[in-house]
Amino acid sequence: MKQSVASIAAPATVESRPAATTTPKAHRAEPAEGPRLEGRARPVLLALVVPVLFVLFWEAAVVYGRTRLIPPPTEVAVMMWDFAFGGIWDDAFSRTLHVHLLMSMSRVYGGFLLACAAGIPLGLLIGRVRLIRQLFDPVLQILRPIPVTAWLPLSMIIFGLGGTSAFSLVFLGAFYPVLLNTVFGVRNVDPKLFEAAAMLGCKGSNVFRRVVLPAALPSIFTGLRLGLGFAWVVIVVGEMTGVPQGLGAVIMDARTLSRTDLVICGMIVIGVAGFLSDKAITWLNRRLLRWSPQHG
Amino acid sequence: MTGDRATFRLLEIEHLSKEFELNGARIQALRDVNLSINQGEFICLIGASGCGKSTLLRIIAGFETATSGTARVRGKLISEPGPDRGMVFQDYALFPWLSVRENIAFGPTERGVPKAERRDKVENFIDVVGLRKFADAYPHQLSGGMKQRVAIARVLANDADIVLMDEPFGALDALTRERLQEELLDIWQRTGLTVIFVTHSIEEAIFLSDRVVVMTPSPGKIESDNRILLPRPRDVSAPDFNELRRTLGAKLHSHHGRRAA
Repeated sequence: MKQSVASIAAPATVESRPAATTTPKAHRAEPAEGPRLEGRARPVLLALVVPVLFVLFWEAAVVYGRTRLIPPPTEVAVMMWDFAFGGIWDDAFSRTLHVHLLMSMSRVYGGFLLACAAGIPLGLLIGRVRLIRQLFDPVLQILRPIPVTAWLPLSMIIFGLGGTSAFSLVFLGAFYPVLLNTVFGVRNVDPKLFEAAAMLGCKGSNVFRRVVLPAALPSIFTGLRLGLGFAWVVIVVGEMTGVPQGLGAVIMDARTLSRTDLVICGMIVIGVAGFLSDKAITWLNRRLLRWSPQHG
Repeated sequence: MTGDRATFRLLEIEHLSKEFELNGARIQALRDVNLSINQGEFICLIGASGCGKSTLLRIIAGFETATSGTARVRGKLISEPGPDRGMVFQDYALFPWLSVRENIAFGPTERGVPKAERRDKVENFIDVVGLRKFADAYPHQLSGGMKQRVAIARVLANDADIVLMDEPFGALDALTRERLQEELLDIWQRTGLTVIFVTHSIEEAIFLSDRVVVMTPSPGKIESDNRILLPRPRDVSAPDFNELRRTLGAKLHSHHGRRAA
């Protein structure tokens, strides 16, 4: 399996690259193509080694261990196909992946964006304004150690059974990392930069826009990454009770129906979705923080 | 050459004292400091650490307030930082998220200088400090000397006519330091700036300034105010330069003897 993935991927990229950079510099580009491609393909190939070995081990363990409780990877792959495109089992879960994925994504991103909208401004204020820090900090410090999952019963009472409750958990889960990292970023701005800004004539609310926000941005981004990662963790818990659609609901329903292959499919989809959204935020991070030696 | 400049009294400090508390003890950072500086003068404040030279500079900048006494610029009491007094910090304090060009444009942008005028100014000072090739680079990509050039251009582009420099070349290697000293003198002579320069190097003070103000610690006060009459450009190895170095060195260390006794 590993063989086939590698040998299909590599020639495809080799062919597409020179085609994109055609005519004028073609003869110059070509010799450079080899090592650069190898340089790019290498990390991808290396990253595949462990998963492929794991899948092989899994298959072997199921076959030789003769367990009937855990399906082998091949069955999970079939299930995944059916979950995504249908045409194999044609049951309630066939061809529903996009529905559940979109539902979970809307909760994750909705809750996350709301957490950013609340956490970043509040964090800037707490970090910068003494009075607001004194008002909010003690409360937040006490609320912070409470695991987000412990809020589940309460949020079900407040928001009722269903999506809103999951949404509110995601919000809470993403809120603290965003808020705390924003506060940390603001508190750690080099005081000299405020003096430099004041000396150059930067006053009042401009200090926020021109100094505090950009200086705290690397730390804010750390918060965004942690927050979004956490949102994907929390979504499953949020969707496990009383929610008809969503990846957490799929996992929970599949468990009740003893369809472990579907449970694993749900896990894989969450993993990939979380991975991709982290990639997106790292990409944004790199674009916005080109100036930073640590992020550049 | 300073004759025609040394007419207008730009900065006046009278009976200035500064106390602060450190671990419950009252420290007198400055006691009864009197100093007046004329437009276009190059002044060095020199002294051992703890003599209050940086505190004095920060009071002039408006970052700190005096406990008693007054500091005035053009007759106006100093109460806050202002663009007329530009500070050049030892550790540069550039905005790391802004390019060289944007750092230099920071002050004019904040003060609402019209775009065309702002651009001319910024481009001009990029050339003055010789950073044309690095105009789009970020601070972390620059050497210490280049960063300090940006910091100087930043206050000049903001129309500062008093430049406050807190050991600006202290973190640089000897060669870069010498070059920047010469460039600074060159800019000073061409623009008619007033420079107040804090250092602990006697040689740097004599090489640069019209007047060397020697300060002694605990409590911080002015020991003497010495006019340097050597013709420019000055030769650090000339006999009269060395003579001055000896005299000022003795003044600088005078308090050590007293304290040891």
